[in-house]
This record gives sequence, C-alpha cells and structure tokens, in this order.
Amino acid sequence: MEEQLYKNWQLSTDENNILWLGLDRADTSVNTLNREVLEELDQILDSLIQGKLTPTALIIKSGKANGFIAGADIAQFSQLNDVNEAFALVRKGQMIYDKLDALSITTVAMIDGFCMGGGTEMALACDYRVAEESQKTRIALPEILLGIHPGWGGSVRLVRLIGPAKAMDIMLSGRGLSARAAAKSGVIDVAVPKRQLARAACFYAQNKPSRKPLSKISSLTNLSFVRPLLGHFLRRLVETREAPRNPLHQLKIAFDWRMEKKVTPEQYPAPFALIDLWVEDGAKGEKAYINEAQSVGKLFFTDTSKNLVRLFHLQERLKNMAKAVEFNPQHVHVIGAGTMGGDIAAWCALRGLTVTLQDREPKLLSNAIKRANRLFHDRLKIDREAQAAMDRLIPDVDGVGIAKADVIIEAIYENLEAKQALFADLEKRAKPTALLATNTSSIPLDEITDSPRLVGIHFFNPVAKMHLVEVVRGEKTDSNVFNQAMAFVRRIDRLPLPVKSSPGFLVNRILMPYLNEAMRMIDEGISMTAIDKAAVQFGMPMGPIELADTVGLDVCFSVAKNLSSHFGGTIPVRLQQMVEAGKLGRKTNVGFYVYKNGKAVKPALPKTPVDFSQLSDRMIGKMLEESDKCLKEDVVADVDLLDAGMIFGTGFAPFRGGPMQYQRYLKSATPVVVSVTVEAAETKHESKHKVSDSAMESSQE
Amino acid sequence: MVESKKAHEHRAVYIVDACRTPFLKARTEPGPFSASDLAVATCKTLLLRQPFLPTDIDEVVTGCMMPSPKEANISRIIALRLGCGKQVPAFTVQRNCASGLQSVDNAYQDILMGRHNLVLAGGTEAMSHAPILLNEEMTGWLGRWFAARTFSQKLALLPQIRPKHFKLVIALLQGLSDPLVGLSMGQTAENVAYQFGITREEMDAFAVQSHHRLAAALDDGLMSEIAPIFDATGRVYESDDGLRRDSSIEKLAKLPPFFDKKFGMVTAGNSSQITDGAAYMILASAEAVKRFKLPVIAKIVDIEWAALAPEQMGLGPVHAVTPILKRQKLGLKDIDYWEINEAFAAQVLGCAKAWSDDEYCQSQLGLPKALGELPIDKLNINGGAIALGHPIGASGTRVLLHVIDALKRNNAKRGIASLCIGGGQGGAMLVERVTEVE
Repeated sequence: MEEQLYKNWQLSTDENNILWLGLDRADTSVNTLNREVLEELDQILDSLIQGKLTPTALIIKSGKANGFIAGADIAQFSQLNDVNEAFALVRKGQMIYDKLDALSITTVAMIDGFCMGGGTEMALACDYRVAEESQKTRIALPEILLGIHPGWGGSVRLVRLIGPAKAMDIMLSGRGLSARAAAKSGVIDVAVPKRQLARAACFYAQNKPSRKPLSKISSLTNLSFVRPLLGHFLRRLVETREAPRNPLHQLKIAFDWRMEKKVTPEQYPAPFALIDLWVEDGAKGEKAYINEAQSVGKLFFTDTSKNLVRLFHLQERLKNMAKAVEFNPQHVHVIGAGTMGGDIAAWCALRGLTVTLQDREPKLLSNAIKRANRLFHDRLKIDREAQAAMDRLIPDVDGVGIAKADVIIEAIYENLEAKQALFADLEKRAKPTALLATNTSSIPLDEITDSPRLVGIHFFNPVAKMHLVEVVRGEKTDSNVFNQAMAFVRRIDRLPLPVKSSPGFLVNRILMPYLNEAMRMIDEGISMTAIDKAAVQFGMPMGPIELADTVGLDVCFSVAKNLSSHFGGTIPVRLQQMVEAGKLGRKTNVGFYVYKNGKAVKPALPKTPVDFSQLSDRMIGKMLEESDKCLKEDVVADVDLLDAGMIFGTGFAPFRGGPMQYQRYLKSATPVVVSVTVEAAETKHESKHKVSDSAMESSQE
Repeated sequence: MVESKKAHEHRAVYIVDACRTPFLKARTEPGPFSASDLAVATCKTLLLRQPFLPTDIDEVVTGCMMPSPKEANISRIIALRLGCGKQVPAFTVQRNCASGLQSVDNAYQDILMGRHNLVLAGGTEAMSHAPILLNEEMTGWLGRWFAARTFSQKLALLPQIRPKHFKLVIALLQGLSDPLVGLSMGQTAENVAYQFGITREEMDAFAVQSHHRLAAALDDGLMSEIAPIFDATGRVYESDDGLRRDSSIEKLAKLPPFFDKKFGMVTAGNSSQITDGAAYMILASAEAVKRFKLPVIAKIVDIEWAALAPEQMGLGPVHAVTPILKRQKLGLKDIDYWEINEAFAAQVLGCAKAWSDDEYCQSQLGLPKALGELPIDKLNINGGAIALGHPIGASGTRVLLHVIDALKRNNAKRGIASLCIGGGQGGAMLVERVTEVE
C-alpha cells in the first residue's frame, strides 16, 4: 500500500489493517491545529474516501510525548480581517471534521493528556473516544474563556452526544474534565490506564459496540418547544454567575428572580450566543453547523474576545517570567499559623512540597491543620491523596524546619520590631541558600532588614482561590533572590507579579482609593446597595462595600492607615468607628451589611432612579488615577503587568481588559489592539486547561 | 563464618534519637488515628529534627500486632508515607507485647551485621481500631451465598441461617487470650499473684504509684519524649490521656476483679490500659553517626529473649534479664534504671518476688540462691503502662526510649528495658548511656 509522507501526521497500519494516524506537529513541542495541519488531515481523509488507503478502521492519536491536542492555534485568528473571512476559515475546518465524521470506516480518538478546544472537537467527530485515566488528562471546550465558543462543530456534536444539559454546562463553564468525569458524562466512551489504552482503542475500532441511547429526559429537553424555556434558565445561570452542578439547585436559581444580574450579553456575548444557537437549531441539521460558524466569526471581532485573548497572553507572560530560573525547592517553612500563614502552608503542601508550619504552641496550629485537611479533601477528592498531602504538612512548634527549608515565609502579625528580630534570627539559622520571604502587606522590606536576601511574597486571601501573588523587590533585594522567589511562586502554581517595595504594593494600593470613594459615597447618603450594584454592573465580581466586608474591615483599616501615612489622604471615619465597635464585616456577621447564613442582607434600592454608570465612573475613576501614579512610580514595569495584576488580583472586569486597557478604551474609543507573538501562540496551549480553571475561579469570586 | 561473626562483634550500634506520640486511651469508638497515622505523626517530628533526609534511612522496622486490613506490612506503608522513598525496604515484626522491642532488635542485628547503617525502628498500635469479625460459620455461608448463581439457589440458602451465625468475634479479646492454655492475660497474672502470695492491696498500691509518678513527671516537664499530634479536625493531643491524677488505693479497692470474676484480684485498675500510640527511634552505626554528625544518646550492650510456661508469662522479664546480668557480670544493683512493662501490677511485683526467692532462682533460673532485691525506686520511675497504657506494638520501644531518657536526665550509665510477652516469653535489652562513638 502506498503511503504518502506528511509533515505533521504519521501514518502506520497495523497487522489488523487499522490505520493509526498520529499528529506530531512539525514545528512545535505540543500539538496545536493550524491551517497546514488541517489541510494535511483533509488530504488523508480524501485518500481514504477515494480508496487510496483501505484500512478497516482509523485511530487518531498524538505523536507527542506530552498531550493529545491543545486546540486551535489562536494566532491565526488574530490575523483575520473581517467577519466573512473568519466565517470562511471556521467553515473550512468544520467541513474537514464533517468528512472525518462521515467516513464509512470506524474512527476512534485515543486521548492522552490535554485535549482542548479544536482537539476535543476532532475527537467528537470520531465514532468513539478512549482516554488515558491519569492526572494529566483534561478534556475541555474552553473557548468561552476567550470570548468565543466552539466553532468546528463542537457545540453541535456535544449536544447530540450527551444531551443539552450536560453539553451546555461543559461549554458554558469551559472547565476541564478528568478522564473519569468525561467517561461518566459520556463525552468519552471509556477511561483506562495507559497500559490498556491502545488495546481499548483497538477494541472500539474492531467491535463497534453500540452506545446507550440518550435518556428520555435528555431527548425531551431538546424538543423545539422546550428549548426556549430551558434557554431562559441557562441565561439566568450565566447572568447570575452561578454554576451549581446540582440540577435542582440550578432550577432554584433559575426561578429566583431576585438574584442580581451580574453578566450582560454586551459584556460577555459568547455564552448568550451559544445558548441562542442551541435554542434556535437544537443541534439539528446542517444549519446548526453553519450558524455556529457564523456566530464564532462575529465573536472573534468583539472587544470582549480581544480583551480575553490579551488576558490569556498576559497570563502566559506571568507564567513564563521565571521559566529560565533554576530553583527547585523541596521544603517550605512557614512562620505564623494564622489564616494567611496556615493557608499558605496548606497550599504549598497541596502542591507537593514538604512544609513545616511554625507557631508558638501546638494549639495555635490547630485551626491551620483543620483548614488544610478540608482543603486537601476538597481539592484532591481521593482520600489517599489527601492523606499524602497531610503527611507532607508537618507541625513544627520548635522551628526545626528553619535549618532545613529551601524557602522560609514569614506570616506573623504586622509588627516591624517583631519582623526585624525574626529575620535577624532567620539569617543566622537558615541554610545559606534558603530563600527568606515576608508576606507583609504593608511594611517596606528595607525597614525589616539590610540584607539582600529578603524578598516579599505577598499572597491574597483566600490563598487557595487568589491566583495572583505579588513578588516584592526591596531596594536591596538581590536579583537572584528575586528571580528565585518568582520561580517559587510558579512552582506552587500561582501567578507571580513583580512589584516594587512601595506601600500597598500594587493591588491594595489601587484598590484602596476605590474603596475609600465608595465609603465617601455612603457618607453622602448614597445607598450601599446602589453603590455595590453599580460596581457589579461595571463588571466587578463584587461591589466595594461587600468586598470590604469580605476582606475584613480591620484589615481594610490597617491597610488604609498604612497607605495614608505614606501618601496622605484621610481614612474614612466610619471605617474606624466600625472597627472600634467590633463590626469587622463578614467574619463577625456584621459590617456595612448584616450577614445571614454567610449572605449579605442588602437594603432595598431607593425609589428614585439611580444613575449607576455615574456611580461606577466615580469609583473606577479613582482606581484609574491611582493606576497612573503606580506606573509613574514604577511599582510595576508596564501597563500589561498592571492590568494583569488588577484582573488576577481583584477580579477587575476581565472583559474590559484591566484598568489601563479600559483607560485606553475611554480615551480613544478605538478597537483593542491585540499583539500576538508567534512565541506566545506556541506556548499558550501547554497549560490551557489551567486557564480554564483560573478564569472560572476568578469569575466565581 | 566464625571469622566474620567475630568481626561484626566489634560493630557498635547506637541510638541517636527517639520520640513517641501521646498514648491515647481507647474509648467506646475507634480513635482518631490509625496505626500508621500514629507512626507517621511521631516519625515526622523525629525525622524533621535529624540532620539527614528521610531518604538517607536504610530500612524501617515496625512492631505492630493488629494493623488494619488496609495496612498489610504496615512498616512499608509508614516508610512511604514518611517520604523515605521507594527504594527504602521495610518490614513488620510481631512478638506480641514486645513487638516494639523486637523491631529494635532487628534494626540492631542489621547494623551489627553490617547490612545497614541507619535504621528507623519502633512500634505502633491502634488498639481502639481492633475489628469485630464474622465467625467462620457465617463466612462459610456468605461464601456459598456469593457463589450462588441463580435466585432459587440463593433462596435455598436462606433457611440455613442460624442465630449462631451472628455471633461476632471480637479480635481484641482473642488477641489478649492464650489459645493454648485457655487463659486470658489477666488470668496468667492471677497465676503469678497466687504463686508469690501477692495481695490485692500490693497490686493497687503499685497502680496508684504508677499514676502518681506519671503525673509528677508530666508536671515537672520530664516527658519531652512526647511529640504532640493533630487529628483531622485540628485537635491537638499533647499528653497521655489515660492518666488518673486522682487515683487512690480506696478508689481502686472498689473495682471488681475483671478476669477471674468474683474471686480474683486483678482489676481494670491494676492492669495496663487498652491504648493507641506509637514510639520510634533511630539506630545508627558509628559510620552513620560520623557521616551525619549525629548526637548519640545510648549504645545497645546486650539483648535476650527467653521463654517459659504460657501460664506464667508475667515472669518473662526475670528469665530474659538474668542471663544478661550473668553474661555482663552484673547484679541487680548495678543497673541504674529499670523499665519493666506494667502489663499487670501483679506481674511486675511477681518479677521482683521471683528474684528475691531462693527456691525460684534455684529451680527456674539455675542460680545458687536468690539474685537479690529489685530496687523499686529505680523501677519505672515515671510510671508505666498502668497509667499511660500499653499499645502492644509500641510498648517495647517506649520502655526502651524512656529508660534511655532516665539515664540521660540523671547522668547515669546502665539501664534495662524489659517486657513480659503473652504466650510465655520475656525480652530485655541492656543499654549504656554514651554521648559519642568509641
């Protein structure tokens, strides 16, 4: 049999005359789909159709050591000029997948590692999907996180395969499924360990087992007169940013009309477009594919999509900043087992490091151990893995870990003398190569010590949810030490933002004038509910008043005190009074709001109409002013880092692209410029599933 | 063969560090820690303070009598959970109540023979987790039930069920009785008391002393051997919780005999407690001590295992200690501190009486006359298993680490740790306080 050579695909036929088609994209370390890869696939499919190749079955697999397919190469889409061109490109991809789908022989996708976007859509165009059951396997359609939705038939085929409810959940959240979860929901046919993977693929290729038909309920939900109703519910879920898995809970939210609208189609058009497509076509017929392609074509050109794509590249930039640094810490020692210290320790143990946690007496460690245990079970699910994480976390009242640790993080109370004494002692006792870090949020590093060994590693609360970590460079911080701190933050899977040691660093500094302004508005008699609503309408995950309550008014007060002592300005009197009265916010169940069952009881909006955008302009305006100052003072190196910091650190409306991008938009009202370098496009896919996690979490916060 | 044995005789074995969990009395339900949890918790603390890494350890040996079904070869589970790495071999040993001394002996032998240089050895037991089992008849019936293919076959099996099938087997009680002589461990202690005319008052007085000594030691901060442990809810356990500070002869006198119901003398109050706990130590060759610059706390001098009638198992220490004293040409007075595990007050008192009894020493130990008086003020100076419990896998290591601690605190030289062993055995180890390698 004649087998043509392809640049990106390896063809081989086994003794059972099954054709194994391995994707090994020529010029990249991971498989992404570009025009050339798809055109070659098209040629291969043509030879199958024309009988030049006559296998009994086809198995598509990855030719790379790492992962199946990371999705489409988004670089190619940013070069498009208009909607028609975009439609044509998407439609072309669709037709190739249609050919694959229509092959008369049995087709199987054999998935190991990540399988994202266009890769998942290719797998969906096969008759069967088998995947390796391992930690690395993640199957997702994460397009929504880039402001678009699946475009190569994925939104149609997934609904047909597993029914609209599950399919919409997967596509609207963009979340990555483990192999086991994917098998359970029916996205793949079976999840097996690596040792069985090839045999499982052959089994499906040769035996063509029949699949259980969709349940009656699934078929029912796809009826043309049911779809508009369900579409309505789905929109409510998107609008309220609620994503419960439990269907009953979903219904409850969908019916709860009092719940605040947090997301509008103007801000995030993609999820609404996806729902509309399904309501209209029900994933039926050729029309469904064409409409999908048209919709994606339009979405490419929205500001939201451009901002989200830029955000994705910013995230990659943060991730890659310390890539070249050789630093492989094994043991972290955390001093101070309060909420921050305890949670930092737990997070490091979760990420596989040995952690010693020190406080003055065993009882002070209790709460930290309890929280750690809960975190491990929540995140790791499997008991033995939670146990292993617990085994890595070692209570250390005597501070024995100091002499053994590669990284030492101080998280004691904010007191200069205490920190000075501690670091003087640490420098004597720590290994000479150990990284010495402080989690201080307010004390300048240079006041703590003259040593070039000290670096700031500033986590945000709650540690397990906040992806951003400010890495603080003091006047004297050694640059090697600083780079190691950046690398350490990556090692524990957080996003390091390099900042200068200046009061409040970046995030708190910019956040504070915004909170101050909100409190000033209260003093002016403006309704708190209206203030919060205005911010949420702007796109913030939570209003400033509720945010202050959540952070804790005592914390806000101490940050405000610190900042005003350096930059002037006044601390809202109301804040001080509330702290003195012991009204500290959510943790005391009363702050600006009263909390019942952990939820704020918000007073009704005033009867008179409120100009929400005027309110948000005032508050956001303060943020923008402070952002400018930070840039002038070189708190961060450039606008991109500032935007990344505010989005990942505070959840600043991602679709607006961050304070600086928003400012640019206000000034020029010109379309967003997206610069995609080839480099970025190559590396982006490696951890695309992580993007989906982080974006989801920040959207939930 | 002979030549190599001689060469190894000169290889000294040192103990460099040790610690244990607080001993937690078994209450009505399984405690918060499994046997491997206890071992891992204490070893985490122990290993953290060493200058070497867990991966530098050559071997892990654990004594454990009743690991859970999920903890087959529990020593290997502990080694892996501690991060010793997949290359470190580990095995589990059993010699009933002295399993924790057996593990130290195995470590000692492996270092002595030159197989290893650095060994983690100890014992662990979660007695509160001892299972309740189905009896053999029920197991057989269930086997047939699972094998039955059809509904009618299963239906036919149903009438075969009898009330006797539901009689449960309590593993803990089975473990604490001797199947060959049909006596519970408490009944063997009654035997010893009968043999030497030990009274109920003597037993109770000894038990009260155990509680008071432990209370004083805790109050004086002498129990630094205990490393606090945390359960899943974050609750911290810092101290042995079986201790009764208010223990008195009057109170103990009110307790009914537990083993020989009605007419016996051994009560729950003058016996050791059912307890969860773990104790571990690090043993090293001179080579390892030098390589890692380890502090040395003791040297193992001699060890003996002896056996006697299962009915008299409580006198085991007498039979194990005597040959060591003979070999080392020492008398009872030459030993600075003693730890004899308090399985039962009657049995420890019986040991003392046996040594001071001409007839027993002549007929049972082959001595010309009585060996002498066991100095009670040097015995179990900080209390024993009656006050803090007897997690059977861990006690052997605990008595050894505590006698070493007593030597260290009092700057003394020789200590003996010994235990009686269910089934009719005794084990004893002689250690010497040293602070550096020879």
